[in-house]
Amino acid sequence: MNAETLVAMVSIFTAGLTMGLGAIGPALGEGRAVAQALLAIAQQPDEANTITRTLFVGLAMVESTAIYCFVISMILLFANPYWDHFLSAGS
Amino acid sequence: MSATLLFTWGVMALLVLGSWLATRRIRPTLRPGRWQNFLEALVEVIRNQIREVTHQDPDRYLWFVGTLFLFIALSNLLAPVPGYLPPTASLSTTTALALCVFVAVPWVGIREVGLKAYLRQYLEPHPLMLPFNVIGEFSRTLALAVRLYGNLMSGAVIGAVLITLVPFFFPVVMQLLGLLTGFIQAYIFAILALVYIASGCRVQQERRARLRTQEESP
Repeated sequence: MNAETLVAMVSIFTAGLTMGLGAIGPALGEGRAVAQALLAIAQQPDEANTITRTLFVGLAMVESTAIYCFVISMILLFANPYWDHFLSAGS
Repeated sequence: MSATLLFTWGVMALLVLGSWLATRRIRPTLRPGRWQNFLEALVEVIRNQIREVTHQDPDRYLWFVGTLFLFIALSNLLAPVPGYLPPTASLSTTTALALCVFVAVPWVGIREVGLKAYLRQYLEPHPLMLPFNVIGEFSRTLALAVRLYGNLMSGAVIGAVLITLVPFFFPVVMQLLGLLTGFIQAYIFAILALVYIASGCRVQQERRARLRTQEESP
């Protein structure tokens, strides 16, 4: 159990945790948004275009929170700053 | 010479060649050819979308937003072609596209409303919000780049993994879903670029409109 293994373990574990926890909120939010949009379209079919467009833009905004989590987990897995440090220290 | 570079040029060549072929013998006829008809419909759809979002003359933004949309949409829709990797599944491409938007927002904004009025928007709704407005400018650009990249890359990776795991049928379904998300992502990218650019000009226009109504009703 040297330092590199520990860094690798914690990084992978945290990446999974970040993505998992970070996806819950946006998923719930987007689900609510879609449900509301469906309701709105059902009530006002004439406005379907505007509602759909606004929905997509809103979903993209909500999605960006999940995207930040995705970026963090990608950094942890593929561009972890501590990797190089420990690899250079280990060799 | 990476695959991204190759396919980027490939998609661009397709767009240029297609447009050139379709508009080579363009003339105002009652019966346009198939390709001319298709392109006209496409351009008209994009113009309508821009008009609905900005409530302005769509031709001011058509060149930029339309190009973004067509490039991203084509590179995403070609995904099922064997051996083809969407250039938008690489972070370099999406970052470049997002940087274009990042530069276009102040450029168009300053051109439309002037430097002082554009910079004053960073003090809206209150001068205390200035750092957050500046951070938002950067973070939304990051989100723009990573959203497209994440969606496309995950689609490509999932496709590749599934091909090795399960036989024919299921990956095809996933690819169809990938086509849908790819198209929606292209739409979202273009619309968000448009919204960012338009919001850089809009505050001032609203203020002008308010002033005009005040002048008209003394």
